[in-house]
Amino acid sequence: MQFLGYLISGISLGSVYALIALGYTMVYGIAKMLNFAHGDVIMIGGYMVYFTFCSRGWNPLLAVLFAMAVCTLLGITIERVAYRPLRSAPSLAVLITAIGVSFLLQNSAMLLWKSDPKSFTSIISLPPLSLAGGKLSIPAETIVTIAVSIVIMVVLLWFVNKTRIGHAMKAVSEDRGAAQLMGINVNGIISLTFAIGSALAAVAGALLLSSYPTLIPTTGAMPGIKAFVAAVFGGIGSIPGAFLGGVLLGVIENLSKAYISTQLSDAIVFLVLIIVLLVKPTGLLGKKTAVKV
Amino acid sequence: MAKKNGKTRKKSTRTYVFSFSLILVFWAGIEIAGNLGMLSSKMLGMLIPICAYAIMAVSLNLVVGFLGELSLGHAAFMLAGATAGVVFYNGAGLTMHQVPRVIITLIIGAAAAGVFGVIVGVPVLRFSGDYLAIVTLAFCQILKNVLSTTYLGVDSKGIHLALEQSSFRLEPGAKPLIKGAQPISGINKISPNMMISFTVGIVLLLLTVTFVLNLMNSRAGRAITAIRDDEIAAKSIGINLTSYKLMAFISSAVFAGLAGVIYVLNLSTLDFKKYDYNLSINVLVMVVLGGMGNVPGSIIAAALLTLLPELLRDFSQYRMFIYSIVLIVIMLFNQAPAFVQLRQRFVAKIRGKNPAGEEPVEKADGSYFEKHGKEEE
Repeated sequence: MQFLGYLISGISLGSVYALIALGYTMVYGIAKMLNFAHGDVIMIGGYMVYFTFCSRGWNPLLAVLFAMAVCTLLGITIERVAYRPLRSAPSLAVLITAIGVSFLLQNSAMLLWKSDPKSFTSIISLPPLSLAGGKLSIPAETIVTIAVSIVIMVVLLWFVNKTRIGHAMKAVSEDRGAAQLMGINVNGIISLTFAIGSALAAVAGALLLSSYPTLIPTTGAMPGIKAFVAAVFGGIGSIPGAFLGGVLLGVIENLSKAYISTQLSDAIVFLVLIIVLLVKPTGLLGKKTAVKV
Repeated sequence: MAKKNGKTRKKSTRTYVFSFSLILVFWAGIEIAGNLGMLSSKMLGMLIPICAYAIMAVSLNLVVGFLGELSLGHAAFMLAGATAGVVFYNGAGLTMHQVPRVIITLIIGAAAAGVFGVIVGVPVLRFSGDYLAIVTLAFCQILKNVLSTTYLGVDSKGIHLALEQSSFRLEPGAKPLIKGAQPISGINKISPNMMISFTVGIVLLLLTVTFVLNLMNSRAGRAITAIRDDEIAAKSIGINLTSYKLMAFISSAVFAGLAGVIYVLNLSTLDFKKYDYNLSINVLVMVVLGGMGNVPGSIIAAALLTLLPELLRDFSQYRMFIYSIVLIVIMLFNQAPAFVQLRQRFVAKIRGKNPAGEEPVEKADGSYFEKHGKEEE
């Protein structure tokens, strides 16, 4: 019974990683870059929810929507200002710029909102779910997190696979030049990708902070790295892969915290990642690409 | 100038001369200023970090610039070297004469980092690109985490090693060497005179630069750059990819280990938490700003970026903010095609009016640094 509890909270943590990883993986698939600033967008989203919901008492749904709007704008702006001029530059240059943007977001937050931790109140005010005659109590945050992630995942898959814009996104990710020749607005599609990724990051931020309620300017860094690992784990560029990778990562982390060692849990997560990549070098659901000579 | 052969030879000699004179001028300047008492204590404290970061940047450049693989775990080798070195250094204690003690510490640090380089390199070099980056990052996190739960000590019964505090017992009076997540403290400095420690740092930096430049001008170095430029072509002419990749990776790790040793002996505490992905990123930023595959560029960038927080001390609140903006602007200015074209047109305009335009044009097809690095100074 206890195991089930750990498992479920692991899935919940993993769902948050999955939401963040979706942003990484979509941007990677379409813009072919690692957006290192993605983790910090979560933090900005968290602060937005904090200032509207926790300080001013807005309706939680409204607060999350507001945070999504701010993060969407932020994501589009970052892409427009920092990444678009570098689109044909070497990938390392873009990576360093992304790191610069990450520092910029963290330090702006530090200047604007100071580094003292803000305690976040959960956006979900439902009672915990009691199972098996009270032996297993699951916090409402956990259930909502899992449910929201599944819904987002399904909607996203539908969007990418069934709509016209989704097809355009897939086309851009396969061959940017050919997509442009087919009349697809490549810049628009890339902006849209950043917008979706950042909006998801805002949701992830709100959900993450509801379960782990300490908000500081570097809140997003570690979940950001973990989500990046999750995206690679599942096969970077693949949407179901990001989801699977995120959930597995959360479960492994939580179970090793519970049964092996709290301090070693990160080491175990990374060790599993290395082993998976050694066995399957493109990640769990990644596409194998043949190198043409 | 007309012969291509002569020109390339000239270029490599130029890099040697420039690197060594750069380091020696820096050393002499600091020695003179230090002996005249012109350096603040804060400035004195920055000297070894500058050397350590320069070694880190030059050694990372071997992997990122010359081998062309992105490593996000360079801090791990620094940590491996620092920890092994400090364990010996503190274990040997003051009973040993300081000169052999420091030398053996450096050798142990370098060897430990090299061994860790082999452990990481063998699996990691099967990957490339972003996967390699994430796996190096993973190894860095693992090492940091495992060291934070390690307990190590020596008493009359021998060496005690445990992964939990509860199973770690030493005889009373015996000194634990690693106490889990607690920082190792009380590491005494190389020498009470900062100028002597600084000279040690400079000697190590010279050693690193000599090794890297010699390697890159050797047959092995040309194989390594061939792998960077086209892996398939390199393989098809019979270059053994794995062994050359490992060679670059392990040498880079060894020097990072040396850097770790002098860094931590200067700081007198070793906090495992500090050697994380942020540190690796900082070194990577130095490499990229200094120019990929450019040794003197790495040294200048390392010195500037280590000093930058000190220079911006008056705006301490804003300094990381300014740093991040400077970083983004430099990257955009140096790398964005629109800016590069603009700058080239601007330069061409000036050169057009300049009758002695011959020489700068020749320079322009030289190394990356000459093309991109100068603006930062």
